[in-house]
Amino acid sequence: MTYVSQPVSVSLIMGKVLLALGLGIAAYVVYFGPAIVISLVLASVTALAAEAFMLRLRRYPVAPFLKDGSALVTAWLLALSLPALAPWWLIVGGTLFAIVVAKHLYGGLGNNLFNPAMAAYALLLVSFPAHMTQWPAVDMLAQAHLSLAETLRYIFTGRLPAGVTVDAITMATPLDFLKTQLKLGHTVHEITRAPIYGHLGGRGGEVVALAYLAGGLFLLQQRVITWHVPLAMLAALFAAALWFHVFDPDRYVAPWFHLASGGAMLGAFFIATDPVTGPTTPRGKLIFGAAIGFLVYLIRTFGGYPDGVAFAVLIMNMAVPLIDTYTQPRVIGHGRQQERP
Amino acid sequence: MRTLHPFPGGVHPPEHKLESNSRPIGSAPLPSLLVVPLLQHIGNPAKPVVEAGEKVLKGQLIGKADGYISVSVHAPTSGKVLAVEPRPVPHPSGLPALCVVIEADGEERWVERSPIDYLNLDVSEVRNRLRDMGLAGLGGAVFPTYVKLNPAPDAAIPILVLNGCECEPWITCDDRLMRERAPSIIEGARIMRHLLGAREVIVAIEDNKPEAIAAMGEACRDTDFELVVVPTLYPSGSGKQLTQLLTGREVPSGGRSTDVGVQIFNVGTAHALERAVHHGEPLISRVVTVTGNVRRPQNFEALIGTPLAELVKLTGEPREDTTGYIMGGPMMGFDLHSTAVPVVKAMNCVIARSDRLFPPPPPPLPCIRCTRCAQVCPVRLQPQDLYWFAHARDFGKAQEHNLFDCIECGCCAYVCPSHIPLVDYYRFAKSEIWAREREKKAADRARERHQFHLFRLEREKKERAEKLAQKAAAAKATAAMPNPDADAKRAAIQAAIERAKAKRAGVVPRNVEALSPDKLQEIQEIEARRAKLREVMEKSGEDQA
Repeated sequence: MTYVSQPVSVSLIMGKVLLALGLGIAAYVVYFGPAIVISLVLASVTALAAEAFMLRLRRYPVAPFLKDGSALVTAWLLALSLPALAPWWLIVGGTLFAIVVAKHLYGGLGNNLFNPAMAAYALLLVSFPAHMTQWPAVDMLAQAHLSLAETLRYIFTGRLPAGVTVDAITMATPLDFLKTQLKLGHTVHEITRAPIYGHLGGRGGEVVALAYLAGGLFLLQQRVITWHVPLAMLAALFAAALWFHVFDPDRYVAPWFHLASGGAMLGAFFIATDPVTGPTTPRGKLIFGAAIGFLVYLIRTFGGYPDGVAFAVLIMNMAVPLIDTYTQPRVIGHGRQQERP
Repeated sequence: MRTLHPFPGGVHPPEHKLESNSRPIGSAPLPSLLVVPLLQHIGNPAKPVVEAGEKVLKGQLIGKADGYISVSVHAPTSGKVLAVEPRPVPHPSGLPALCVVIEADGEERWVERSPIDYLNLDVSEVRNRLRDMGLAGLGGAVFPTYVKLNPAPDAAIPILVLNGCECEPWITCDDRLMRERAPSIIEGARIMRHLLGAREVIVAIEDNKPEAIAAMGEACRDTDFELVVVPTLYPSGSGKQLTQLLTGREVPSGGRSTDVGVQIFNVGTAHALERAVHHGEPLISRVVTVTGNVRRPQNFEALIGTPLAELVKLTGEPREDTTGYIMGGPMMGFDLHSTAVPVVKAMNCVIARSDRLFPPPPPPLPCIRCTRCAQVCPVRLQPQDLYWFAHARDFGKAQEHNLFDCIECGCCAYVCPSHIPLVDYYRFAKSEIWAREREKKAADRARERHQFHLFRLEREKKERAEKLAQKAAAAKATAAMPNPDADAKRAAIQAAIERAKAKRAGVVPRNVEALSPDKLQEIQEIEARRAKLREVMEKSGEDQA
């Protein structure tokens, strides 16, 4: 029996994850308006309620388990992955699915096979594709100013103030735009001159991505996550993008665009690093991360969906037991022949 | 400078060394009663050689080494043996064990002490003397010292390591010993090197003990010993980890450091060896750190057998919020079940517990596979998987994942954010596997016995059948062959029977001449009845035949 322990707890770890997300959320609000805050609150309340209900149902002590913070992390990751202007029931339904089905029906904290937030995201994406494209337009405030109350009303009732159209407040994501424009025969060079593009990726989105990167570095510094998954994922995404970009720059967008767009940064530091659904061995984490990065590129470039983080993560979640089995580290004193003096 | 080869993992818990290492080693006064367990080392308990009522002298043999992995036990002071009986001893199980209880007479009269002239004696003789002086490792594992100084003939031990790492938090007995008695320790190491035939001697001390490093460096000055300062990281004082750290050699799974040519002794053991060799003193005292929730934490040189309560009293009145005592450090130590337990050779430290110093851990939460445990495991195990297997009682899987390479250092439990008592699960799994192994062996033996029993019955039956068949065959053969001898014999027997019959018929009752006629009449009647009876008897005999 060990009488001392480090002052760490699951709550503290989850708290740090939430804290690290804060910078990205702030950037989101600055560029895309307050809608994301509404989503976060909706998802949080739903997640906590669902978690409490399921814990009660499963006869677990509600308070200590609720305090672990894992439900909130799931809620926030889902909310940040969904379009902020999506109707309220999309967020509530997605969160319920994440907590009730993807988490608790798989055995609760520590037992789920799939990342709950990504499972919910994938379900919503295939079930309600139209509602999953209501991304707030960048600088929405400048064109069609929606107050917090008006945003709330839109999310809960779908009604907009007179004279404002859905098109004025939402738009395609840069990744989506790129995909449709490429289909229309434009070159990457022409497309990325459009006003929604910034320096690295989409305008606004690239700043949010940088904020997630900063949050991720904070998590690394705090040793909440290890470098293996994020580095492998981003490196694989970068490498794949670089390969095709060099090969044909007119059809394949530059690698840094991929890193700064969509869910790449959020996925690399906050989603793919989910310890419960990821591999546990260092080599396994490298394989897992690299495979996700590569799959993200494939889905984005050749698949039917604009972004591929959720699907890539879910696919690789399935491979985790296999990866863990074949990447067991060499235990000290085993294998390698020891020279005798 | 020696290149260090850091082992994977390790943790650095708050050291808490300052509480007890600022005071010199105090000497514990003679207690009135000493309880000396006969098993204080790894291996077989010593056999008691004294009885209740007997007077003993300080240093007198009271328990004789029994078997190879065993050492002797001695009276820590002069006095009277009150009893040889089971008493509570410091052991995680809390079960009592056989002890010699000695009432001190206060005179401290020594037996005759004879130093060991180790340079002029045969090495094996010196080893036997060390066994008889009760020398066992004082680092906590208490392996018989003489066994460690007796390497297999084909396994040379070129490197002798003196372990002054003392990496567990709170413990400072080695630190103080090195500061105060460095020359004795170094001399002990010199003797060890001689007995072991080692080429090199490395003195390893963690860098959080500058005074000890200075004192030991000073004592090493005129030797070719190498003083190596190692970074403070738990569990660098563990044998296998220290071997790896100093030499880069990994101790093979299931092996010892001697398998890679390294033998490690705790500095306290070297000190005790020096006392034994040069002063003829058996191991009857040791330095114990008494710290934690006590008023004046300090190290004490205490006699083996001193009751814990007496030892704790030396630091002042026990604090009211003390909830118990831990033997050893907070990483690998265990709860003492009673304050009646005595100081033993393994007792390097006693920590008084309180909820303030050692808050009870919050209830465990599910494992989230964060792998912090794997990151700190010095053996590079996957503790989260082992936990899973132990929890699911999938012991085969646990063994496949090298459960038995776990050194139970507790690093994993220390960092676990879910506060899962991981090491307890591994101990549980190990003991279950051992128990099953024993059951399996017992069942195998029973089955073998049963099968042999059946085989024997079958064999005996067969043998009997064969014998009978042989006899029958022989009888048949004789019957078939006409045998004149047998016929003659049969005729002779028949003749004898006839003769006997005739004789019986011719028997006339005696003393009948002078009888009266009515008496004769009576006799005749009786005779007639008897004849009838005889006839009936003969008839029934024929029927039966």
